Order: sequence, then C-alpha cells, then structure tokens
Amino acid sequence: MKYLMLIHQGTAPTPRTPEEWARLSEDEQKAVYADYQAINQTPGVTPGLQLDSPETATTVRVEDAKTLTTDGPFVAVKEALGGYFLLEADDLDAAIELAARVPAARMGGAVEVRPIVEW
Amino acid sequence: MVGTTSVEQTFRDEWGRVLAALIGFLGDFQLAEEAAQEAFAIAAERWPREGTPESPRAWLVTTARNRAIDRIRRDRTLAAKVRLLEVPETVEEEVDETTIPDERLELVFTCCHPALALDAQVALTLRTLGGLSTEEIARAFLVPTDTMAKRLVRAKGKIRAAGIPFRVPPDHLLPDRLAAVLAVVYLIFNEGYGGRGELAAEAIRLGRALAELMPDEPEVHGLLALMLVNDARRDARFAEGTVVLLSDQDRSLWDFDQIAEGRAALDRALALGGRHPYLVQAALAVLHVEEPQDWLQIAALYGELARLTESPVVRLNEAVAIAEAGDVERGLALADSLGPDLDRYHYLHATRGELLRRLGRAADARAAYEHALELVHSEAERSLLQQRLGMLEG
Repeated sequence: MKYLMLIHQGTAPTPRTPEEWARLSEDEQKAVYADYQAINQTPGVTPGLQLDSPETATTVRVEDAKTLTTDGPFVAVKEALGGYFLLEADDLDAAIELAARVPAARMGGAVEVRPIVEW
Repeated sequence: MVGTTSVEQTFRDEWGRVLAALIGFLGDFQLAEEAAQEAFAIAAERWPREGTPESPRAWLVTTARNRAIDRIRRDRTLAAKVRLLEVPETVEEEVDETTIPDERLELVFTCCHPALALDAQVALTLRTLGGLSTEEIARAFLVPTDTMAKRLVRAKGKIRAAGIPFRVPPDHLLPDRLAAVLAVVYLIFNEGYGGRGELAAEAIRLGRALAELMPDEPEVHGLLALMLVNDARRDARFAEGTVVLLSDQDRSLWDFDQIAEGRAALDRALALGGRHPYLVQAALAVLHVEEPQDWLQIAALYGELARLTESPVVRLNEAVAIAEAGDVERGLALADSLGPDLDRYHYLHATRGELLRRLGRAADARAAYEHALELVHSEAERSLLQQRLGMLEG
C-alpha cells in the first residue's frame, strides 16, 4: 500500500511561528528536528519537498471561464497543509504508527493518512 | 418445513466462520461476501431437495471459494486487487473441515478498526460475524435501512482502499483495539438476548475466545461474566413466545452451572482490578439472580454505571430499580426525565406504563403501553406488552 501522509501543523509550534517556537526548550526543538529526520530515514518513506508557509499560498478558481485568484490557502491558514511525505507500508496500521511519530501530531496538529490508488 | 429450518439454522451458525475463512483466503471483503452469498443461495436451493451435506461449513467454503476463483478468472482487473496473484486451481473435492482456520477474531478486529466510524464498526461486525441482515441492524440502531446499507458499503470500501489489515493486532496495539471489539460483542449478545439465542451463544463464544487471547484484561472477563449470567436465564425469559420478566421467571429453568461460570469470570475480572462498565454490569447481573434481590444496591450500581457510561438506557434501569426498591414515584419521575433521549425506545414507554399502572393511573398507563406497542419490533416483546395492556382492562 502507498499512502500520502499530509501534515497539518494546526497550533503546533514551528520555526515559522518564532514566538511559539521560542517557548519550546532547546531539547524539545532538537527532538522535533530529530524526529522529522528519523521519519525521513525510515524505510518506505519518500520525503516530501519543503513547502513554504500557508500564507504564501495563492488559491485559483475558474468561474464562467474566468480565472479567480485569492490570497491564501483553500482552507483556513491554521488548517492548511504544512508538509507531506510518501509512505510505502504493509497496511494502515503501519501507516498510523508512523503518523503518530510525526511531531505535529502530538503538538496540536494532525496527520491525515490518504491511501494512493494503485492500478 | 423441518428441512428449511435446518438450512436457516446452519446459515446463522456458519455465516461468520465461512465469511471469515473466505476473507482470510481471498483478502477482499466485498469479493468474499459476494462469494459467500452465492454459496448460501445455492445451498438454500439445493439442501432442502438433496439433503444437507455432512459437513455444511466445508461445503459452503469450498463452493464459495470456487465461485470466487471463477470470478477472478473472468475479471483480470479484480485479480490484481486481491491477494491471489496466481489464481489457484478450483478445488474439486470439499475442503476438510479441520483445515478451515477459525479467523473470526481477525475479522472482528478488522471490523472494529478505529479508522472506521464506531457505528460502522458495529454494523459491519453484526453483518459479517453475526450474520444479521442489513434491515435487522438498521432496526437495532433505529436508523432507516438505506442509511445502514450505505454505512456498510462505505465501511467495506474503506477497508479495501485504506489497507485496513485482516489480523489480530500485535500486542502493543491490542488494548486500544479492545474497547470497540467488546462493545460490538456485547451488542451482538443483546441482539440475541432479545430472542435470537444463537446470537447470544455466538457473542459468548467470541467473548470466551477474547478471554483466552487477552487473559489479563479485566474488561474481557467482565463482559464474559455479564453475558454468561444473563444468558443463563435465557430459557426462563421466554414462555410461549412471550417475554417473562425476571420476577416471574421459573428459576428451575436457570442454568446454574453457567451462572457459576459467570461468577468465576467476574471474580477473575475483580482480581485483575479496575472499575469498568462491563464489570459493574456483571456485578449487577449477579445481584439480579440472587434471592431476595437487593434493589437498593442494584439501584446504586445502576447509578454508578450511568455515570460511567452516560447512557440514558442505564438511567432507565436505575429508574426501574428505584421503583422496585419501593419509591415508584421517584422511579417514574426519573423515567419521565429521559423522554427527550429515549422517545423512540419502546422500553421507556413500557416502563412508564408499568410504573403508572402501579400508581393506579390506568388511563396514563394504557397510553404509555400503546405508545410502546407502536415502536416494538420483536414478537415476543409485543406479546408481553399486549398481556400487560390486557391486565389493565381486567
């Protein structure tokens, strides 16, 4: 099974929110980096490319053949996709276990596990 | 007629095991269910005419497997989706019964996977293991049949698409997965307790298997104790198709060996510690079979259980116990307060009818019983309600 693992930061502190990030101890900050690094090195994981912050997003719609662009992500900034990686795993249980190791999942965000359709 | 009954009986008994074996073999829920349905349909047509085979389960599994394999051959894209990369030869002779593994535990943990919504877990387990029809499940949960059918289709679709594994979870995941499984087993038991004894036996069988698999979980033993003690009164709960209330039951029909086994399971659960809902319910079940019944303590335990579960149905039981302990007015007031939550639940109205009758308010009692009759689906329950209404007339 292949899964796209979608990381939502929610209220999780990240370096992009310097004030909140600064409230973490140095050890906690190091643990976040180390955990993401460990996930990227886990067999079956294909790390995603780094996304810039949701605030930099542009959302495009077409209505009556007219292109409408709006500033910001499709969902609210707090709910926007923060990052992603690909996972090849035996089953959903394995994917859930890896998702639970993503720091965002325990710090106020969440990970959405989406199976990729294989033909 | 006798032949038909025996076929139906076999279907009830075998559906879960046959389906579990097929899912284990094929690795695909939908394909397995369709193949099982085909095999059962062939059996329904053939067995009454030609006689039931010596080993019905083996016959059903063999027939269903062969049907599934035929379908895979016909449909190459389907073959890519299932576990069988190399389609095996059709099995000519019947599979030996002893070589069919019992994979119902794998099935129950798959059906109760937390990636499925709880209502879907319950529905799927009742459909696959309990062998209940979609309509029966819909009725048990007070939802329209269409809604239930969609829920089942969606759940099966998710199992396949999301890769929910067909297995008993490894040790580190097991406790987390247990609560939903127990809830589902207890619901199956209650469906059986309402009159379909084979389902109660099925739930107890699953409960025993869980107790063997997870010997250190107090909740498992608590649930098993609860089911054993309640089921021990099954023969006394019905007379000529009518529900007999506990106080009117013929105790000589109780299975005291099973009550003793239930007590032992309760002791085991208590020794393991904790104060879980099933454990409290098991203690209640044991209190119920003691003579005379200590209604004050029963009311207190229902109160504790209602706090643990936040269940209005438990509050209703507390109301009954309070009335039995002597305070009918307070019992009725508590039952009345549950109207907004339980208006569609026939026991609420039946209970109100009984309590109103005891208070001498015959007209109100009649209205409550009539309301209950409009909502009841089981013939045995209907018959009891009509009896009660008749008593009001007299």
